Amino acid sequence: MIEIKNIAKTFGDRQVLAGIDGTFKPGDTSLIIGGSGTGKSVLLKCMIGLVKPDSGEVLYDGRNFLTVDLESQKAIRREMGVLFQGSALFDSKTVLENVRFPLDMLTEQSESEKLDRAQECLQRVGLENAGDRMPSEISGGMKKRVGIARAIVLNPKYLFCDEPNSGLDPLTSIKIDQLISEITDEYKITTVVITHDMNSMMEIGEKIMFLYKGNKLWEGDSNTLTQSSVPELNEFIFANKLLREMEK
Amino acid sequence: MSRLGHYFIFLGSLFRNREKMRVYLGLILNECTSIGVGSIFIVALVNTFIGAVTCVQTAYNLTNPFVPKNIIALIVRDSTILELAPTLSCIVLAGKVGSNIAGELGTMRITEQIDALEVMGINSSSYLVLPKVIASVLMFPLLVMMAGFLSILGGYIAGVLAGVISPEDYVSGLRFDYKPFGVTFALIKTVVFAFLVSTISAYQGYNVSGGALEVGAASTSAVTNSCIAIVAADFILTQILLT
Ligand SMILES: Nc1ncnc2c1ncn2[C@@H]1O[C@H](COP(=O)(O)OP(=O)(O)OP(=O)(O)O)[C@@H](O)[C@H]1O
Ligand SMILES: [Mg+2]
Repeated sequence: MIEIKNIAKTFGDRQVLAGIDGTFKPGDTSLIIGGSGTGKSVLLKCMIGLVKPDSGEVLYDGRNFLTVDLESQKAIRREMGVLFQGSALFDSKTVLENVRFPLDMLTEQSESEKLDRAQECLQRVGLENAGDRMPSEISGGMKKRVGIARAIVLNPKYLFCDEPNSGLDPLTSIKIDQLISEITDEYKITTVVITHDMNSMMEIGEKIMFLYKGNKLWEGDSNTLTQSSVPELNEFIFANKLLREMEK
Repeated sequence: MSRLGHYFIFLGSLFRNREKMRVYLGLILNECTSIGVGSIFIVALVNTFIGAVTCVQTAYNLTNPFVPKNIIALIVRDSTILELAPTLSCIVLAGKVGSNIAGELGTMRITEQIDALEVMGINSSSYLVLPKVIASVLMFPLLVMMAGFLSILGGYIAGVLAGVISPEDYVSGLRFDYKPFGVTFALIKTVVFAFLVSTISAYQGYNVSGGALEVGAASTSAVTNSCIAIVAADFILTQILLT
């Protein structure tokens, strides 16, 4: 379980996060939704320790990530997998080497164990034949999938995905969503996904948190999403014409 | 001034909580190939011609018939070893290796590859930068030794072909009043320059924020700052070691 308490962050004189609370449970795919520039990525970066929040706590199963010593922090980091908004594959390494990388750096497994595990993860995301290609030679959707394979290779307890399906066609998006949701269920991972994809919210939103200008305005799930009385949320989800008409 | 402070903090981060040594070995070898082998051609070309030009120009300026011809070779030798081979090669390398390091790290920064390393709990600065620094400190001196040899050879070929000095005079000039400390001095300078070029360029690239435009700007300032650091260090080291 991940708990965040009163996370606030200001860049210069611009307040990006104004004190966010939340809990994320194992086995749940929790979504963070909100318009562009509302601070979703910054919140995620605060949670994984890439940005230091001005105040607040991040607890990983009770361990305070921001105040523990360096060794414990490293240990927590080894329990998390992250898919970045731009995939962040190492472009000097092949697809297979990318997926193997965490195993090479952080485990003492034998060559064949590492190879098997990396192949298994590639298979999981449907890319068992792309192992020898370079990241520059594969499509955006494939990069995202390689990113997921790399994020899950160490069997993380916590999985973070920043817009896993932005810029992908609807069918590929749904496949990626389902993949994330399946893995989460299967291994009881605590998964946090940032998205502004309406399909994802309806498909995999077991728990949804709506951010607006650095504040959490609403919390619920895919069933209650369309019935809220928060005007900002309604404006956000009924942005397209079809849905607006359905609301009426 | 605060930039200088950040630079020293960055240097410190290279050595604190490193990864296992065996991780670095392969990386250092890779970097040696790309930095060392990749730079042979340009360093060789520049230095051969610099040696040739130094020889012919010195001959042109030495019109006094009482000055023995072998002085030309002596001047080529000393200017090559003391200044041209180490300093000029390192300035060439600042352009080639420095911009490469800054560009690579800058791109990794803006595409979140550095963040990806950090969240795995890997010390990204030491993982990415230390191999480059070590490879530079190992390879620059080798390149400079080659540069010195080729520069003197270039002087020989040009001098003999242009008919300004005979092969015997050139060789006797090379041997005249030779001080081995010159070579030591050149290598000390080179090691210092290698450290400066690689760390300054890495610092510029590692701390990029923004996009492609900023990566380009970081490459440029990597080269400019490295060159400034080289000439400043050159002056200081010459003061300390030769006087
Ligand atoms: N390192 C930084 N320095 C200064 N400002 C920043 C920094 N990172 C983010 N911001 C600002 O914080 C705000 C929120 O950014 P964030 O990346 O969290 O948006 P987002 O909700 O993820 O948007 P998107 O959906 O477009 O990815 C933006 O206005 C951005 O300019
Ligand atoms: Mg974002």
